[in-house]
Amino acid sequence: MNIELPHVGESVTEGTISRWLVSPGDRVEKYDPLVEVITDKVNMEVPSPASGTMSNILVEEGETVLMGAVIAEMEVEGEEPDAEAEESPAPGVADAPDIDRIGLLSKDIAPVGPTGSGGVIAPIDGDTPNRRRRYSPAVRRLAERHGIDLTLISGTGIDGRVTRADVQARVNAESRTAASAEPDEERVPLTPVRRAIALNMVRSSTEIPQAWSSVEVDVTHLVRLRKSIKDDFRDREGVNLTYLAFVLHAVAATLRENPLLNSSWGTDAIIMKRRINVGIAVAAPSGLVVPVIRDADRLTIAELAVAVDSLSERARAGKLALEDVQHGTFTVNNTGVLGSVTSRALVNPPQAAILTTEAIIKRPVVIDDAIAIRSIMNVGLTFDHRIVDGAEAGAFTASVKRLLEGIGLDTQV
Amino acid sequence: MIEAVRDAIREELARDERVFVLGEDVGRRGGVFLATDGFIEEFGENRIIDTPLAEASIAGIALGAALNGMRPIAEIQFADFIWPTFNQLLGEAAKARYGSNGKVSAPLVARTPYGGGVRGGLYHSQNVEAFFAHSPGLKVVAPATPYDAKGLLKSAVRDDDPVVFLEHKRTYRLVRGQVPDEEYTVPIGEAEVKIEGSHVSVITYGLMVHHCAEAARNLAQDDISVELVDLRTLAPMDRATVIDSVKKTGKALVVHEDTRTGGLGGEVAAVIAEEAFDHLDGPVVRLAGPDVPAMPFSPPLEAEFMLNTEKISAAIRRLASY
Repeated sequence: MNIELPHVGESVTEGTISRWLVSPGDRVEKYDPLVEVITDKVNMEVPSPASGTMSNILVEEGETVLMGAVIAEMEVEGEEPDAEAEESPAPGVADAPDIDRIGLLSKDIAPVGPTGSGGVIAPIDGDTPNRRRRYSPAVRRLAERHGIDLTLISGTGIDGRVTRADVQARVNAESRTAASAEPDEERVPLTPVRRAIALNMVRSSTEIPQAWSSVEVDVTHLVRLRKSIKDDFRDREGVNLTYLAFVLHAVAATLRENPLLNSSWGTDAIIMKRRINVGIAVAAPSGLVVPVIRDADRLTIAELAVAVDSLSERARAGKLALEDVQHGTFTVNNTGVLGSVTSRALVNPPQAAILTTEAIIKRPVVIDDAIAIRSIMNVGLTFDHRIVDGAEAGAFTASVKRLLEGIGLDTQV
Repeated sequence: MIEAVRDAIREELARDERVFVLGEDVGRRGGVFLATDGFIEEFGENRIIDTPLAEASIAGIALGAALNGMRPIAEIQFADFIWPTFNQLLGEAAKARYGSNGKVSAPLVARTPYGGGVRGGLYHSQNVEAFFAHSPGLKVVAPATPYDAKGLLKSAVRDDDPVVFLEHKRTYRLVRGQVPDEEYTVPIGEAEVKIEGSHVSVITYGLMVHHCAEAARNLAQDDISVELVDLRTLAPMDRATVIDSVKKTGKALVVHEDTRTGGLGGEVAAVIAEEAFDHLDGPVVRLAGPDVPAMPFSPPLEAEFMLNTEKISAAIRRLASY
């Protein structure tokens, strides 16, 4: 039977064979790991779909193939060697996503390209509505060969048509750094993770009109509370009680009260997500990853702390499973760990907003006309201005601020 | 240009005793365009034969002589009067080798001045190439420059198959070019890239090569880079050179003075569509004479019929901006 690279879910279209764990002739049991595969989101092991003997490996290590491509062949016990591959669903194929009907819609929305030609909103010419998106054979061929996304090119041909020269110019621009052969430059090939981040960030910055605001949060009480219980917490739970857990708790609660930011833009509708799955940005060795805490609004601060610890640990070790990074509805980015006091994050498409927590700094502040030393943390919110306006965004940050400032020594974690 | 034709015939007459010339006014008058001027004195009446005004006979005599081992060069005074030769050329000469399973061939050359823009009116302006190029077994040559005319005419005389050799009247005196003193030939069946370029391939032949070249030079000032392909031989067509050029530029304009429908341009366009489709970055465009019955005699109407540098430039510009 043929062994295919299993489809593993939303927006993952290809995988790179990292390491074969078996060789032709090897006997394997059903569910034995066969091969390690790198996708742009996670690394995974593909289990054997059946018991039998490996007969052929078709994709070498280092090669990148589309999901669904046949990567190896095996002789299954009790099956004639030449029999047609059976049509059993390959394990590893994600079951129907465990999100409700509205959430499913958002998956379909996600790959929709930028508006207008080259990501630029352009007036539609009534007489020639199609020429911009109709590509000549030469254009398609060139784009395919060099992996160029034609929707990102603004055409210079008649009626904005993308010409072969336009594609060639893009190819040249992309290879100029390489071809110039400057001895003091080095061309580092993109890793799948880097490529995914790049695409996502381009999509974010070209597709989403983003606005940003920031508030100061007085976390003096929070700092005190954490200080007083963190050692006990560590002994009891085995993980650090981080500020992030408190922030996540406040964010999830605010999203429940203020669900407009827990949504996606759907061109002719706003797609509200019923589950609150908050992603946390983690700097992994291979690049930024955003593991997701499912149903964050149902977790206590302590449970959030445990979840954060587990996810970031696995992220740093490169051991995240695909389901760990899927179905996020909102993102929190703790830029404060880097010492930042102000950062303007980019929304993580197709989500509606991203919240940053900055470094906690002791500052003199004026309270009731007296100067006091307080622990201050800036909280920033970048949001999709198509979905919400400043008023809702302001209400959101005000709520997070109120919840964090409302924490006292008696707050239950 | 006419000197190049004359030199080619003279050199072939001197080189090979089997070569002889026949046609109307080719002897005493030296040909209406003086292509055989002085030949009757030089080679005698047996090799430079004045014929009656009977094109069917001219072609028939040439065919018979060719089948019997001679190398006739028949001059059809104007292409407009070539129609009576159809049976001899298409019906017989084209099929001689094929029909005899290779036992005999008809190595004749039918030279004829063709084309308009010379105030020739209905009967001295016609383009006849498409009729002959349609017939397998005939070779059809239409040079644009003195160099090509001389080299190709020599190849035509030496070719073992019948060749219709088309000389554009307007090039006779208008076109001047370098021709080497030493012996050379230009092979039949090879097109030539006359100007290299990268934006648009212009494929043409005959007089139009010169208008297209002028257009290419003018457009270069506007950074439109034209690759000019001179087919030179219309049948068998050099598909490879055409395809290579279109692969390079992605755009093709086919230009000919002959009328549009059923003209050579349609064949070139079809070849490109079949063999270079994946490389096309725009529609294959034909620029040709209008589908009217004949070249008008009225000068303004003739000017309207004929293609020129401006019309060609405009067409190239449009295609380049596509």
